[in-house]
Amino acid sequence: MTAPLLELRAVSMRFARPLDTAARIARALGANVGEAAVHALDGVSLAVAQGEVVGLVGESGCGKSTLARIAVGLHAPSAGERLWKGRPTASLRGDAALRARLAAQMIFQDPLASLNPRMRVAELVGEAPVVHGLVQRAGRRGYVAELLERVGLDASVARRYPHQLSGGQRARVGIARALAVRPELLVCDEAVAALDVSVQAQVLNLFAALRRDLGLAYLFISHDLGVVRYLADRVAVMYLGRIVESAPAEALFAAPRHPYTRALLAEMPRLEVRRKRFAAVRGEIPSPLAPPPGCHFHPRCPHAMPRCRMQRPELAEVAPGRFAACFLDVTAEPQ
Amino acid sequence: MTHDDTLLRRLAADFAASRLALAGLALLAAIAAAAILAPWLAPQNPYDLAELDLAASRLPPGARSADGTTFWLGTDGQGRDMLSAILYGLRISIGVGVAATLLALAIGAAVGLVAAWAGGRTESVVMRVVDLQLSFPAILIALVLLAVLGPGVGKIVFALVAAQWAYYARTVRGAALAERRKEYVDAAVVLALPRARILFGHLLPNVLPPLVVVATVQVANAIALEATLSFLGLGLPVTEPSLGLLIANGYAYLLSGKYWISFFPGVALATTIVAVNLVGDRLRDALNPRLAQ
Repeated sequence: MTAPLLELRAVSMRFARPLDTAARIARALGANVGEAAVHALDGVSLAVAQGEVVGLVGESGCGKSTLARIAVGLHAPSAGERLWKGRPTASLRGDAALRARLAAQMIFQDPLASLNPRMRVAELVGEAPVVHGLVQRAGRRGYVAELLERVGLDASVARRYPHQLSGGQRARVGIARALAVRPELLVCDEAVAALDVSVQAQVLNLFAALRRDLGLAYLFISHDLGVVRYLADRVAVMYLGRIVESAPAEALFAAPRHPYTRALLAEMPRLEVRRKRFAAVRGEIPSPLAPPPGCHFHPRCPHAMPRCRMQRPELAEVAPGRFAACFLDVTAEPQ
Repeated sequence: MTHDDTLLRRLAADFAASRLALAGLALLAAIAAAAILAPWLAPQNPYDLAELDLAASRLPPGARSADGTTFWLGTDGQGRDMLSAILYGLRISIGVGVAATLLALAIGAAVGLVAAWAGGRTESVVMRVVDLQLSFPAILIALVLLAVLGPGVGKIVFALVAAQWAYYARTVRGAALAERRKEYVDAAVVLALPRARILFGHLLPNVLPPLVVVATVQVANAIALEATLSFLGLGLPVTEPSLGLLIANGYAYLLSGKYWISFFPGVALATTIVAVNLVGDRLRDALNPRLAQ
């Protein structure tokens, strides 16, 4: 079996606010002052194979964006490993490191904020490939035109500034910029969340077309299950910094295993549901500063058992290709 | 949709809304033109000692010289035509002020950007140096430097830059810290662009525009500082008087009724500074979104 394109192994991300002087003095005097730390990610493992689309869903604040940034190499995880084609990226040097960096590109959430307001589209899209020697400076114009055409924009857009474009055009420019360095993986962090529904559909179709034509792999992060369902081969569900379930998309949407996934799917608007009941996920997502012990979901889980409060359920293979982190599954198995 | 072309137009409209600022701009343009064209406008070259006639020293405004030219603003102790001296003095004062401000801006911007990007210990060290420097009055730093270096145009520019760069470093760092969090910077990092390119090609153009406005006002400060230093005798050589030195030269005669030697350079200096400030203040207000109507 060949190594996956991108693999994250037990990746954790901890954001700590260092103590200020006053707090340090208070602690020296015996006060019980701890360092405030957020575990944005807690031992997350995830792999994306060549040409595969992995969807990642979860509520806001569960660590999706942090995972996206680690996946694309913007942040180094505080623990765990990031592997590119089976090799730890931290150990790569020189040209190999550069190629691994360029091969994973990101599509950002806010198309306007992710484009430098003082650059024309031609420069936004054409700068990196020229800097990295993928095209000659003289060939930049043609290269940019080709990329713009690929993402469904007219070549005349190249002369415009980001503020002169519509939301959909900006999103396409962002995609063209990522494609310009010939990536193998696109990490899309809520890439269509800021767009109108009609434009959303066009951009999603563009993603699908790019996958077909260029064999791109995606890590597609969204809170919108409908969007993920449309694109993903495999879906991972995140809750408070942990992956609670991961399964082939069809299987997951047909028969979710984890109570949290079930609750999420129940909230998903569907045509056949006439009377909606929004009682599925009770309560608020807990503060990541003080996550509940044991299974993070137990305060909101309808099936919570005493064990769930004490012990953390590990992600385990409950059926071929299906993983869930819930004691219910383990106990349900023998029946 | 407020950027570049539209922004510039709105800025121009905002600026023009103030008659006072327009008057300031016209005045500034006239002063700048007079300074640049001094060699052609001035009746006499005040730096050419051969042209000076000691017999014509300290003549009142409107007096005539032996060869028939009129000294409209009088002459100073060396028989220099005050009008010519003021025009040449303006050249030096404005030139020194603009050069010092631009250099200080360039150095301060580079230091501030690097500090904001590097973060951690580098940033702490750089910013503590900036704080330390800003805790001294600018004139004190310039005085000490000039006392050590001696007179000269290059040296006074150096002293002014040394006294002012820290201000820009602090401002740029603040702006860059805010700008750095925006996604387009992350995008540039993901594209593995070289660090210098991200700093100076991507961040700087977004940090600079408000700073240029601040710099306009700072030009007036630099001119005033230079005049102060020259007045104290630390700036420029006596043979190439700037406005401050001209004022100092006439200071001794002020009480003996020969007011013109100090008075007219003083008027020129004050007018220049007021004009620069009028333009700079209005620019700053026009760019401040909180004051926009």
